[in-house]
Amino acid sequence: MNFTGVSESDVDRVYLQLKKEAEDGGYRFNPDSEFTKNLIRGLLKNEQRYGYRACPCRLASGKSAEDGDIVCPCDYRDPDLSEYGACYCALYVSDEIVRGAAQVAPVPERRPPRSLRGKAPAVRTVTTGPVPVFPLPVWRCKVCGYLCAREQPPGICPICKVTKDRFERFI
Amino acid sequence: MAVEHVDGKNKGTVMLYALSTCGWCNKTKELLRQIGVAFDYSYVDLLDGTEQDNAIAQVEKFNPSGSFPTLVIDNKKVIVGFREQEIREALGS
Repeated sequence: MNFTGVSESDVDRVYLQLKKEAEDGGYRFNPDSEFTKNLIRGLLKNEQRYGYRACPCRLASGKSAEDGDIVCPCDYRDPDLSEYGACYCALYVSDEIVRGAAQVAPVPERRPPRSLRGKAPAVRTVTTGPVPVFPLPVWRCKVCGYLCAREQPPGICPICKVTKDRFERFI
Repeated sequence: MAVEHVDGKNKGTVMLYALSTCGWCNKTKELLRQIGVAFDYSYVDLLDGTEQDNAIAQVEKFNPSGSFPTLVIDNKKVIVGFREQEIREALGS
């Protein structure tokens, strides 16, 4: 796949950068670098046409408010890694797959269909006892689950590097 | 809808709904070429406005999650995702 305006040097640069960020946060990139670079090419193409790095394996609407959950890394990456050993695109994979002890298999779409988006709760609610009052709000990264107690969420998640808008108020 | 045709053995109507940026869509397209069947494909992300809306509606009719790749054989058999074995069996290769 070749796209105009996405140069091979950009693909190589972003590939190395994202791979390093993934590994620093304890995630693993798919060892099939040709396949992975094709996905990076798709991400850069999407950045060019939509203004953000929407998932290359999903159809973005082009409206950032509707596509927030599928900006890579998407909100579904971690549950898919836990259940299937790979994210939907297989850009991120499990240790077992990196070691060759398991194979990448198709990952069913976890994102709700268009008709249900924005209606179904994104996270399962767990009932607990009364929540104590904390001196600060607790923010949760919707991508990796990182929690922090501070006035505002961080600009960039220190674990998975997503931006502030991917945080939700947790407590 | 803008559809590309690939020549090959006639195994009925084989339609692939794909995205130009998707690794699994690309693998599915290559598999169909390798099997050597005649098929049509459309890159839904490259369509505009109404044409794209119509294509999405068609995909959702066969695959309610609206995901890609969606392969439709003879307007009834639907295979979602790059499922090599299943695709080979469905196309008798």
